[in-house]
Amino acid sequence: MSEVRPRIGVVTFPGSNDDRDAVWALAALGADAKAVWHAEESLPRLDAVVLPGGFSYGDYLRAGAIARFSPAMRSVAEFAAEGGLVLGICNGFQVLCEAGLLPGVLRPNRSLSFVCRDVRVTVERTDTPFTSRCHPGQELTIPVKHGDGCWFAPADLLAEVEGDDLVVLRYAEGENPNGSVAHVAGVVSREGNVMGLMPHPEHAVDPLLGSGDGALVLASLIDAARDRVLQTA
Amino acid sequence: MKATVLVRPKTGILDPQGSAVEGSLRQLGFPVGGARVGRVIDLDVEVGSADEARSAVERMCEQLLANPLIESYEIAVEGS
Repeated sequence: MSEVRPRIGVVTFPGSNDDRDAVWALAALGADAKAVWHAEESLPRLDAVVLPGGFSYGDYLRAGAIARFSPAMRSVAEFAAEGGLVLGICNGFQVLCEAGLLPGVLRPNRSLSFVCRDVRVTVERTDTPFTSRCHPGQELTIPVKHGDGCWFAPADLLAEVEGDDLVVLRYAEGENPNGSVAHVAGVVSREGNVMGLMPHPEHAVDPLLGSGDGALVLASLIDAARDRVLQTA
Repeated sequence: MKATVLVRPKTGILDPQGSAVEGSLRQLGFPVGGARVGRVIDLDVEVGSADEARSAVERMCEQLLANPLIESYEIAVEGS
């Protein structure tokens, strides 16, 4: 039944710039991927949603702060509340944090410099719909490119996040490109169906482009979305 | 009603922009420390009284203008 191509929507906000790459990568890995315009009040029938990277609404006020009010985000929040799979990449991660769907907030990089390079991240959890193709402790090489990637949570919230094991990806030793607390690169929601990460898996789906490790994350999502199709079929 | 919101990085939160500004000021020879960079938002609130304006701006801060994890805010309403 692996020919089932789950429908995955990629939301394009004004200022998104990795939406096409995400659609391309998801399609190459076996999804029926389609772009969803941010102004759409209701989502088409989807098995998963990806919020792509970019600079939605110019990152005005705070990165992701304005995008969460776009009509499509209301539907994404409802979709997530019903258990739908949502992956936020870079700016998408920022939007999910600002929308309160993930804990913490993304702040300007500690260096104040934009970073654009491959980083190594360690997989902390493989029991999520986004990392099932990885093995525990696996190191993935995936590029980052961001100015506001410093994940932050105050001490009490960080203790909850660590206590509930919500950190899925951490920058490997010496790799933290932005000064995030506890070297966090990606977190998952308590319910496990929403994840955000700063690295760009859609830019690392082919060894020709430097690394194919991002495909493990996207293919995990596609597997999980396909399982849901088969369960409800 | 004219209102002004002052959004600041919370005390104790690292503020790289403030540190960079402070470093530059010291290079210019100014004896300063503790620089913090925030944001000012001026608003014309379309309500009848200063009290209504204040409570509306309070809700704006909670819902959008400040992120409570990292920012504190102060509200000033003209004539109150």
